[in-house]
Order: sequence, then structure tokens, then C-alpha cells
Amino acid sequence: MLKNVYNWIDERLDITPLWRDVADHEVPEHVNPAHHFSAFVYCFGGLTFFITVIQILSGMFLTMYFVPDILNAYKSVDYLQHKVAFGGIVRGMHHWGASLVLVMMFLHTLRVFFTGSYKAPREMNWVVGMLIFFVMLGLGFTGYLLPWDNKAYFATKVGMQIAEAVPIIGPYVKELLQGGDIIGAETLTRFFAIHVFFLPGALLALLGAHFIMIRRQGISGPL
Amino acid sequence: MAHGHKSNEKVIYVGDSRVRKPKAVGSDTIPPDYTAFPGKSEAFIPNFLLKEWMVGCVALVGFLVLTIAEPAPLGYPADPTNAAFIPMPDWYFLFLYQFLKYPYASGNYVAFGILGVPGVAFAALLLAPFLDTGKERRFYRRPIASSLMVLSLFSLFYLTKVSWDHYEHELALTNTIPEHHLREEKAREEWEKTQANGGVPVEEAVVPIVDKDDPAMEIVKANCVACHATDLKGNEGAGVPALTGVGDVHSKEELVEIVTNGLGGGKMPAFGERLSAEEIDQLTTWLAKQKKAE
Repeated sequence: MLKNVYNWIDERLDITPLWRDVADHEVPEHVNPAHHFSAFVYCFGGLTFFITVIQILSGMFLTMYFVPDILNAYKSVDYLQHKVAFGGIVRGMHHWGASLVLVMMFLHTLRVFFTGSYKAPREMNWVVGMLIFFVMLGLGFTGYLLPWDNKAYFATKVGMQIAEAVPIIGPYVKELLQGGDIIGAETLTRFFAIHVFFLPGALLALLGAHFIMIRRQGISGPL
Repeated sequence: MAHGHKSNEKVIYVGDSRVRKPKAVGSDTIPPDYTAFPGKSEAFIPNFLLKEWMVGCVALVGFLVLTIAEPAPLGYPADPTNAAFIPMPDWYFLFLYQFLKYPYASGNYVAFGILGVPGVAFAALLLAPFLDTGKERRFYRRPIASSLMVLSLFSLFYLTKVSWDHYEHELALTNTIPEHHLREEKAREEWEKTQANGGVPVEEAVVPIVDKDDPAMEIVKANCVACHATDLKGNEGAGVPALTGVGDVHSKEELVEIVTNGLGGGKMPAFGERLSAEEIDQLTTWLAKQKKAE
């Protein structure tokens, strides 16, 4: 039955080469923890992606309740955390996942660095990976403000001061992010838009590039 | 194509997606197959992926246990006028926050503090493949790149630790409990009270302000509300006590002493010089009247 469905689609769209590129490859011995336990260091990239998926899914559920304005943002998060069934768990996953994804990405970066896997011909993939790192930090920074409690507000204030201190472009960057002279209603909506639309869009594009490159080039060989 | 039998290439692609199955039987291209790769490789689908999923499930369960054991923190609503709140960025920015506190990286040197060190470090990281162009991949064979990375890692951990210790120290010094802990504590107390009351929420009696129209209220408005809030309920997050019901806690003599000389090493400022003796008398007489209605 499934085979027939597959064949029916394949006849029309020729999806087999696509499928082969995505999934039909071998996992070499030196990255397989079943053969060498120390190869678990090669898992951090996959775990980063796994948690990124968790972040996207839990984030989608959070937006069902979150209201991005300064009067209701806190109230909606409070309601979500304490009143909605499993709301605390979904928010907990998103909150802790944000930290965990950075930890995993950090470890993945270190693995790639210390195994020298960024060397030719994989330079571009390293650069894309670093851009993903920066996007993730941006997601962390913008997401931190959204609950609109004191911690969020003052952390963002500190962040804005750091942004402002960058020579020449600093004040412009600050005003662009803040949407005015103070951290207020405009800042919250901007951070919401950046956190939910701009950066995830960039992230997905970069992840796509990251994965296409790794499939094209394969994983780096044993040391 | 890129590997296998005629490999004089610099790079050996392992598990290369460019490996194609032959289009037609009897074509003269020799199909390279996976056995050409070194070691015991394993098919990604389904063998390896199933194992990965099992590991993923274990990781997910651990993650869920964490989220249930340690709920995501939520403090009190943002209040830009709250001067007592100790600002802290998220933990992964602490290293930068701490670095920019040092005198050689702040003030007049802030450009150096931002572009000079973190800017250069991040740019170097971004462009690492173009800076470290040698063919050697083993980390112990490329001492410069590796030692720079180890040094950066050490600084990251050190700065983060110093920043966090400093924060904890500040908390201890100002006797502050982080808001989300305070809030959780309150919620638990509330819940326990409710349980003890047979599941019915306990109505907290609101302590009203006694003698609102007393002229002393003007002194209060001028001097006290900045910290003790306009409704005189104080600010528990910042450790500022309520003035409503203060007559139950302190006698008039004690109040005179506190207002005149301050309390808690300057947390409650001394008003001995700012207010006349008469005003202090008037104020404390009124404060001593602030008792819970019987």
C-alpha cells in the first residue's frame, strides 16, 4: 500500500534522488558511538537540531497565549504558567531549551574546532554555523524580554547599554531595536517580531544551508 | 566520483551524497559503493536513525524531568522605577557583561572593550578556517589555534564565574531574594494556607491606612512614598517593609529612632537632618497609630 503510494508519487515527481540525498547514506565508523564510545562528541550537532525542533514546537504553542503588549504580556505569561493545563511544562521546555540549545551548540562548535573539521573544503559550513550561533544568541536576547517581568526588563536595559556603546553604529542599533528612546511598548513588539519571525526565518535558511553542505561534503573523515 | 578507487584528492569524502546508483545495468561507470569507505559503516536509515531516536527519547525524558522539577522563573511585572532591582543579563551574556565592567574596557575605553577584544575574538572565530589554513587537523599539531581557543574558553568560564559570584555577593549584601523565588515562596505559602483551611482560599485582611487626612500624611508623601510605595504597602521584592500596620511592630520611641538615624546600614535613610524634631514627632505619632483594625 505505502509502496504503491510512493511509486505513484515517484512516477510523477521523481523523488527518489531527493530521498537518497536526504536519507540514504552511511554513517562511518569513526562517528558512531556504537563502535567507539568517544564518538559521542559527534552527537552534539544532532542534539542541537533536536532541541531546536523542540524550541520551534514549544514556541508555536506559547504564541497561542502570549500577548505582545506591555499591559498584557506579563499577565498572559502568568496565566500560561499557572493556569493553563501543561502551560508550565511548555514554557519550561522553551525556557530551559533556550539554555540547553546554546550549551549543545557550544559543544558542537568545540568538537568541530578541535577535530579541525572546519578546514578545506568545509570553510563555508563553519561560517554558516557561526552565523547560526549568532542568530541563536539573538533569539536568546530577544526572547528574554518577552515575559516582561523585572528580570527581563533590566536585562534588556543592560543589553541596550552594551549595544549603544558600540562605536559609530551603536546608538542607531539601539534606537532600531528599541523603537524609540526608552524600552517600552515599541521595544516589546519589535522584540516579539524579531524573536518570532525575523530570526527564525534566518535560522531556518541557515540550517538548510548547513545541512545541504554537510550532505554535499559528507562528515569529515577520521583524524 | 570523489572518492574510492582513484583518490588522489586532498580530502576524502566519507558518506558522500554525490554517490549515485548506476542509471542502467551494464553502463561502463563503475558504481562506487559504501564498502569503499574505511571502517564499519552503518546505514543511516533505518539502523543508525533508530538508535538515534532511542537516545533522543532518553534525552527528552531527562529534559521533561528538568522542566517539571524546575519551573521556568517568572518575577513581578516590569517596573522601570524599581531602583532596587539588581540587573543581570541572561547567563550566556555574563562574560561580556563582566568584561565591560573592567576599567580598561569601559568608560573612555569602551570601544576597545567591545571591538578590541570580543569583536576581534568573534571575528576570528567566524573566519577561523581562513586564518588556520594548514592541512593538519589534529588539535595538538596546531598549537596556535588550539591554545587561543583554550585561552578564550578559560576567560569565558572565568568571567562568567566572577560575574555570577559578584551577583550572589550583591544579593547577600542587600539581603535580596530573587523575585521569582520570592514569588514561588508566596505561592507555596498561599497554597499551604488554603490546604490548612480545607481547600478554601484564605482572605487576607487588607490593612487600611489609619487617619488618612492627618497632616502627617503630607510628610509621608514628601519623604516616604518613594520607597514605601504610594499605598504604603512597601516593596517586598526590594526588602522595603509596609508602613500600614507598622504600629503593631514598633513603638513610637522605636519609630523616632528609626526615622532619625535610619536602619540597616542606610537602606532606610536617616531623616534626622532633613526633618525637624516637630515633624518627626508628628510623623511618628501618626505612624504609631498605624495598627491593624481589631
